[in-house]
Amino acid sequence: MNTALVPVKEPVERPAPAVKANRVVAPPAAAPAEKLCFRTLLAVPLAAALGIGLHLAVRKNDPEPDTTSWIIFLGSILGLALVMGVVQFFSCSLRRWMAHMCPIIAAALGLFCVWEIITSGFRLLPLPYFPSPASVLRNLILDWELLVKSTWYSLLLLISGYIVGAFVGIVTGICIGWFKQARYWGMPLLKVVGPIPATAWIPLAMVISPKPMFSAVGLVALAVWFPVTMLTMSGIANTRASYLDVARTLGAKPSFLIFRVAIPAAMPNIFIGLFMGLGTSFLTLIVAETVGVKFGLGWYVSWAQGWAEYAKVFAALVIMAAFFSTIMTLLFKIRDRVLVWQKGTIKW
Amino acid sequence: MVAPANALNEGSSLRVVEVSKHFAAADESDGGTHALDRVSLAIAAGGLVSLVGPSGCGKSTLLRLIAGLDAPAAGELWVGHEPITAPSAERGLVFQDPNLFPWLTVRHNIEAGLVARGVLHEKRHEVEEFMRLVGLETFAKAYPHHLSGGMAQRVALARALINHPKVLLLDEPLGALDAFTRMKMQDEVLRLWEARGTTMLLVTHDIDEAIYMSDRIVIMTPRPGRIERTIEINLDRPRQRNSPEFLRLRSEILELLHFAGETTREPIAT
Repeated sequence: MNTALVPVKEPVERPAPAVKANRVVAPPAAAPAEKLCFRTLLAVPLAAALGIGLHLAVRKNDPEPDTTSWIIFLGSILGLALVMGVVQFFSCSLRRWMAHMCPIIAAALGLFCVWEIITSGFRLLPLPYFPSPASVLRNLILDWELLVKSTWYSLLLLISGYIVGAFVGIVTGICIGWFKQARYWGMPLLKVVGPIPATAWIPLAMVISPKPMFSAVGLVALAVWFPVTMLTMSGIANTRASYLDVARTLGAKPSFLIFRVAIPAAMPNIFIGLFMGLGTSFLTLIVAETVGVKFGLGWYVSWAQGWAEYAKVFAALVIMAAFFSTIMTLLFKIRDRVLVWQKGTIKW
Repeated sequence: MVAPANALNEGSSLRVVEVSKHFAAADESDGGTHALDRVSLAIAAGGLVSLVGPSGCGKSTLLRLIAGLDAPAAGELWVGHEPITAPSAERGLVFQDPNLFPWLTVRHNIEAGLVARGVLHEKRHEVEEFMRLVGLETFAKAYPHHLSGGMAQRVALARALINHPKVLLLDEPLGALDAFTRMKMQDEVLRLWEARGTTMLLVTHDIDEAIYMSDRIVIMTPRPGRIERTIEINLDRPRQRNSPEFLRLRSEILELLHFAGETTREPIAT
């Protein structure tokens, strides 16, 4: 009931700032942190209100019996945006954050509206396969326990596989990049075995490994190992000769040359390998879970698909998006810390 | 040599005896390059000698041999009474490109030599001293890409000097700097040289720089790399860049290198 109030409140507030908007919009680039223009300020509440209105208009078309959660979701965004719109007058950092984030959040809300129109609105897409956003959110909430369990399980598999693969990859990459003998014997193996997609090993992995858990970890590790090894190797092998020369004339022993010169010099390359490995590890994880392991997000997707519960499939996709992008962001943060010395990454 | 009193005498004599070096050519028929052909050179402890000559005359090759980074095809190299067989902290090397480790701050770059030799704990106090010596104490935490060319080269000098090398090899260290910074840095290098008494061997393309800085100028010719002539510079320090003796030496060396220009020989007929 209270949700019905929200859209009513909105038009009352709107006209007054809208008039001012024309004046304030003029110098936006000059002083971005000084004052938020009203277009930015109102984008999120407007988009949220639009979403609620749209949903109320088309909810009878939605086969989902109860969509209150969607209204609460949009309503809380609306409320939060209004509160923050007031608080930002007193907080400079919040204002800066909002100036940056409001347009993109509003765009995301707009996309939800489009999704709603396509699914519940005009029923442009065949139904069990393309549920409305409201239905996805409801299933996300209903099934949260299993989703959390699956995510936790996927996280364990991913982290253990990734760490093993990255560690082994960095070590083999350094050996192949630095030692001539290791390059002679290791390079052909790397070139022949490396490019085989890790997922192609699944049948073999199932037979060899005593537990499906181990095979999944091994496959993820293998998927990470190849790009990390390749990039680490090239980074080490391409260390500028003059850095090594300088280090030698400073009295460096071989250990100093490897650990204090070649490896730091290869760090940017190693991180490229780690990012590539992260991408392939996501793929391998989901495929491995789909075929072998009986838990995890990949399993959840194929299980939900088996029951034709496509809203749950989408719910799992939403979780995956959040899960994978969080891990990606984490790796970016680590990179920024390790590579502070790189030009433009940080200003001191 | 002419080291002032109360200065340190860290330098050691340097002897290069009949040293040759070839480089294999990519093309078999070419027979390779004769980079150095029986080059001999002796520098007394604490001397400052310049190597001058057109590119390809083997100046940098000779420096790499003295640094121990490459081995000669024939001949011997000695520092004091020890033969040169491998790179060592006793022979510092500074390139035209400062080659600072970009992943280390100024302070850690200067420390690198101590870390490499495993003596950081005992000699940590010297880091401050060397940062002061090159006037970079305020930039201790800066990364190399924030430094100007002159500052970066000063860090490179401090990094090489912190090991107290007996010989400092300078491979066109000021070549990439603009004219004003270069003249300032020349004085700076001279100041370090006088203060520490380090033996220095300077490769340069700049004849003024060679005359301004060195006790002796060694002129080399290419293909094969040989020492053409040696010129003693007996001017008083600090030297005047525009004194008549300075200019006379300058034109003499230019003649020798055939860069004096046509006009000095046959004036253009009008």
